[in-house]
Amino acid sequence: MVDVTPDAASPVPPAEVAEVELYHPHSWWTKYVFSQDAKVIAIQYSATALGIGFVALVLSWLIRLQLGFPGTFDFITPEAYYQFITMHGMIMVIYLLTALFLGGFGNYLIPLMVGARDMVFPYVNMLSYWIYLLAVLVLVSSFFAPGGPTGAGWTLYPPQAIMTGTPGGQDWGIVLMLSSLILFVIGFTMGGLNYVVTVLQGRTRGMTLMRLPLTVWGIFTATVMALLAFPALFVACVMMLLDRVLGTSFFMPAIIEMGEQLQHGGGSPILFQHLFWFFGHPEVYIVALPAFGIVSDLISTHARKNIFGYRMMVWAIVVIGALSFVVWAHHMYVSGMHPYFGFFFATTTLIIAIPTAIKVYNWVLTLWRGDIHLTVPMLFALAFIVTFVNGGLTGLFLGNVVVDVPLSDTMFVVAHFHMVMGVAPIIVIFGAIYHWYPKITGRMLNEAMGQFHFWVTFLGAYLIFFPMHYLGLMGVPRRYNELGDMALLSESAHQLNAFISIMAFIVGFAQLVFLFNLIWSIRHGREAGGNPWRATTLEWQTPQTPPAHGNFGKELPVVYRWAYDYSVPGAKEDFIPQNEPPSAYAASRGAV
Amino acid sequence: MAIVLVLVLVVVGSVLFHLLSPWWWTPIASNWSYIDDTIIITFWITGAVFSAVVLFMAYCVLRFRHRDGNRAAYEPENRKLESWLTIVTAVGVAAMLVPGLFVWSRFVTVPADATEVEVVGQQWQWNFRLPGKDGKLGRADTRIVSVENPLGLVPDDPAGQDDIVVEAADLHLPVDKPVRILLRSIDVLHDFYVPEFRAKMDMIPGSVTYFWFTPTRTGTFEILCAELCGQGHAFMRGVVMVDTQEDYLAWLGEQQTFAQLSAPAQTSSVEGKKD
Repeated sequence: MVDVTPDAASPVPPAEVAEVELYHPHSWWTKYVFSQDAKVIAIQYSATALGIGFVALVLSWLIRLQLGFPGTFDFITPEAYYQFITMHGMIMVIYLLTALFLGGFGNYLIPLMVGARDMVFPYVNMLSYWIYLLAVLVLVSSFFAPGGPTGAGWTLYPPQAIMTGTPGGQDWGIVLMLSSLILFVIGFTMGGLNYVVTVLQGRTRGMTLMRLPLTVWGIFTATVMALLAFPALFVACVMMLLDRVLGTSFFMPAIIEMGEQLQHGGGSPILFQHLFWFFGHPEVYIVALPAFGIVSDLISTHARKNIFGYRMMVWAIVVIGALSFVVWAHHMYVSGMHPYFGFFFATTTLIIAIPTAIKVYNWVLTLWRGDIHLTVPMLFALAFIVTFVNGGLTGLFLGNVVVDVPLSDTMFVVAHFHMVMGVAPIIVIFGAIYHWYPKITGRMLNEAMGQFHFWVTFLGAYLIFFPMHYLGLMGVPRRYNELGDMALLSESAHQLNAFISIMAFIVGFAQLVFLFNLIWSIRHGREAGGNPWRATTLEWQTPQTPPAHGNFGKELPVVYRWAYDYSVPGAKEDFIPQNEPPSAYAASRGAV
Repeated sequence: MAIVLVLVLVVVGSVLFHLLSPWWWTPIASNWSYIDDTIIITFWITGAVFSAVVLFMAYCVLRFRHRDGNRAAYEPENRKLESWLTIVTAVGVAAMLVPGLFVWSRFVTVPADATEVEVVGQQWQWNFRLPGKDGKLGRADTRIVSVENPLGLVPDDPAGQDDIVVEAADLHLPVDKPVRILLRSIDVLHDFYVPEFRAKMDMIPGSVTYFWFTPTRTGTFEILCAELCGQGHAFMRGVVMVDTQEDYLAWLGEQQTFAQLSAPAQTSSVEGKKD
């Protein structure tokens, strides 16, 4: 794998770019607001995603207030509760996780890591952010609209999503939600095309596909998937909007509502579910694959060891991406679709466990015989493995069709998906922010606050979601604002719910410490220097930190090796940057 | 170093929690103990994998943590090890999938002697219909649902005349008789879920869905709606009582057929025409 021969025969793009082609900003506005620099766009995306993410955090507190202490808070009516869970879920999945991984990390890291000056279509990239911001604003506006936001659940299943029995169903809520999603898909497509084309066409000399850091592989594959999956969500939203506004019947059969016959007929509610999950399942991996890629790089860098089985890791990412398009109906085992589908989808779903398991093995085998530095990013990476393995394994319950039957629609499902696509990817996001913050700002995040944030978040989140599985095993259904005098419940189950709520408030508080750290360290953090983690990838080799517009100064770097030359035998340092020529390596070898 | 201790504690704590906590499934009341068995197999396999991975990680951190002068090994890949791990994983996955699919094939194969019972969901109550003496359920159509005909039975279908209609009251089932539950909704999605029966299925307006089971012990069980159906979702509860054969027949004798229920309605509509 240590391929140190630059491919001199291949046609190479010019290393130097004339000044005029760089779209240098000419004013404060074009530098910081309507910027076409992917790094600024990345920060705009991240700040917006984290901002709306804090709204989702507050919503989760309100949800837990109700579940932990039912009947105590009068303002949490059933309508309000369903609005909270709907907005919490949608914000977390779409507007926080997808936007932050692809719009945030994708924009910042892709050009830097592949050795490009910027995204290939900077203007479209800028538009992508502004449309995303518009989507967020439309979403937020629904909190202030007559009737409030939609309370249809984040899955927005019709017919109830557009009926009076559901908050926002016949008011503005659902219309604003669908409009916001449509805008999001449009904005994402603009960004997504950029990421894909940049990875394929914008790589510097010597950066072959099999020399890309796994972070880029993860984001790249996730983006390709998103470009294929989001259209299904897009059409589902348009069709439901037509049903709601113009009275068509794509998803609406003959329905009696409050004794009245509705003016619909012949539509199929289950068609929506197929469209939604054809998007929705790949969406899980759209969030997971960037996390897989990033965590691979965190583990490798902080364990000072090459990622184990790089080629297998790349193939696992690609295979998971492909398989994730043929498993969607495992969300629909009890939806009433033809029962024979269960055989097919259970099999494909469990097969996906194999490449996923390979990734887990390779992460822990990277630790084996490493030189493990227990930095904050490394701690988060270890916590990711714990939570991801835990959440992934409960996926084997839910993916196995017959086991899903009793567990489906219970708190077991809630615990599972929070562990695997809530806690695990967010823990990676935290690790990644601690890791790349020095590159973005030039300063380290405060270590003490980071340690506090890590321990409370990891242990707290585990204590929230691990016991929750057992409530589901008892049979407690999800999306119940009040369990009341449910026959199967013991008094201890109510106490467990109160415990989970208290943990949720504590974990939420730790996020405020993190937010404070983010702001405080911009001015007061320790000076980081250009490459504080002594990492190999190109973003750490920029002439300036934070990198200037154009990323690499006058000449683009030339890549001579893969991204994981850590602790190479004979080398003087325990890392060799990707752009270090073989002669320098030989010289350092001679010096030993 | 705290992280090593915590990783070990996570494994030990999770296993102890699983074994000792008071939160476990409700005592089963149907033939689907196969499902419980498959869950137990899955718990064993996944629990072993979780413990192995996390404990191995804890060992790595303990053994290979950074100390001055340490240097990591350089080992890009190990084809043999990777192949072995892939094979072992595939075997483990198959050990869960095969029993799962076997039980699923039973779940979707309704025995010929199963009696049919219809459950009709609406916001936010449960209605039921049982076939009368002819053993057949008559046709139904959401478009003719009215106050007099809450389940939308087709009035001129002779098979429906003797159907027993139970509106917003308890459902009774005889013990040890396989039953095929036909599920229908007149408004939004619902889901008929009785935790003790282990089975559940969505109800879709415009379609009829089904599942089957055999109640194996008498008792009173709570029906929960398990598919979000609007703001009353959490309060959409019902009761199903599994009776001995005698108790069941006694209950059945007290119920009214569609013909009996619609007789006064028809008179009133005739009167309406006179006016």
